[in-house]
Amino acid sequence: MKKLHISTTVNGDPAEFVCTPDESLLDALRNRLGLTGAKEGCGTGDCGACSVTVNGRLVCSCLVLAAEVEGAEIATIEGMADQDKLHPLQRAFIDHAALQCGVCTPGILVAAKSLLAKNPEPTDEEVRYWLAGNLCRCTGYDKIIRAVQSAAAEMRGA
Amino acid sequence: MRYLAAQSVAEAAKALAAEAGVTRILSGGTDVLVQLKAGMVEPDLIVDVKKLPGMREIRAEAGGFRVGAAVAGAELGEHKAFCAAWPGVAEGFQLIGSTQVQGRATMAGNLCNASPAADSVPALVAGGVVARIAGPDGERDLAVVDIPAGPGRTNLKKGEFITSFLFPARAKGASDAYLRFIPRTEMDIAVSSAAVNLTIGADGKVSAAEVALGAVAPTVVRVPEAAKAIIGTKLDDAALAAMAKACEAACNPIDDKRGTIAFRTHTAGVLACRAAHIAYERAGGKA
Repeated sequence: MKKLHISTTVNGDPAEFVCTPDESLLDALRNRLGLTGAKEGCGTGDCGACSVTVNGRLVCSCLVLAAEVEGAEIATIEGMADQDKLHPLQRAFIDHAALQCGVCTPGILVAAKSLLAKNPEPTDEEVRYWLAGNLCRCTGYDKIIRAVQSAAAEMRGA
Repeated sequence: MRYLAAQSVAEAAKALAAEAGVTRILSGGTDVLVQLKAGMVEPDLIVDVKKLPGMREIRAEAGGFRVGAAVAGAELGEHKAFCAAWPGVAEGFQLIGSTQVQGRATMAGNLCNASPAADSVPALVAGGVVARIAGPDGERDLAVVDIPAGPGRTNLKKGEFITSFLFPARAKGASDAYLRFIPRTEMDIAVSSAAVNLTIGADGKVSAAEVALGAVAPTVVRVPEAAKAIIGTKLDDAALAAMAKACEAACNPIDDKRGTIAFRTHTAGVLACRAAHIAYERAGGKA
């Protein structure tokens, strides 16, 4: 298969990689760019562990071809903290013990950040529906919802 | 496999028509990438149509809306004027998948994937929506109801693909609704579904209606007899009973682990009646 050269922006920095036409964005992020925060859970868009944003829109990177992101702006979990300073969502997940094994956590953090950008004061029900595509087999979700609400309150300055 | 991000409609149609092997059109990719991953399809050529002019636009046309074929569910859901005019279309489309899937999934993809249970299709059929199709011989318009040919098959010819949908101008007192039955609260495939699009006259009676059912036949089905049963009524019990009966008569479902023939047939009628009520209230009617 003829390889493609892709120029894109990842977490605000220009990034270039070479990929095959059938390669997913998830595989390119992990294997070409060394950004292993996004995980492959299912590879079929069911679990959300590979969540990233492309041009501001939350997507499963396993359902995007790497070739599609030419000229796009991608944001991943690696761009969430400001150097050593964790994002309020990241701190809240630690404070509320909203994770155990951690495989789903990067995707949930990216998805939750995307929710709070659109809706800074969601109800619990809205958080649950928004995160319905992010599966967690450890926590039972309750602590995740509390952590998102705690971070949302902090980010509103409450 | 080759990947082509087409820059013009003509380039895309020409490449699709010229390829002797297997081709796939990439729009939102939420079905195509899953099929690639599962090895269900090994395309020789994938043509990405998202970057074609107008593909991501929602604009006013002929008193209605023209919606580009690559508009994602999340994008349509953020268009207030469209959602106010076509709430049933918006709710059907947005029932598909998770937030992440909504960031990518498109109505054209849902329609051309040709599942009988496609959630965005019944409301398009009930709405009388017309797809614009591009191909090697130019453009043509085809009603959405005429596009699916059976599970996984469409009536589009080689090299053809959908570029947009035309939603006709709305009469005063018109609205629509879509309901489906699933055994859980979200992210599932319809066991049966119904869309109702109707208009209410000054007397509060239904003056025009269209009914479409999903997941109860090889394709989404339009049910004119069900529409006829509620036209001229205020959705009284007798009219709704006749509507449910007409819906049941139009059902030809499969029997599988997700629903029996009897269950799908019964619920299709129930859902149509409930959707009619919702559309009627949205249109300003008082039951």
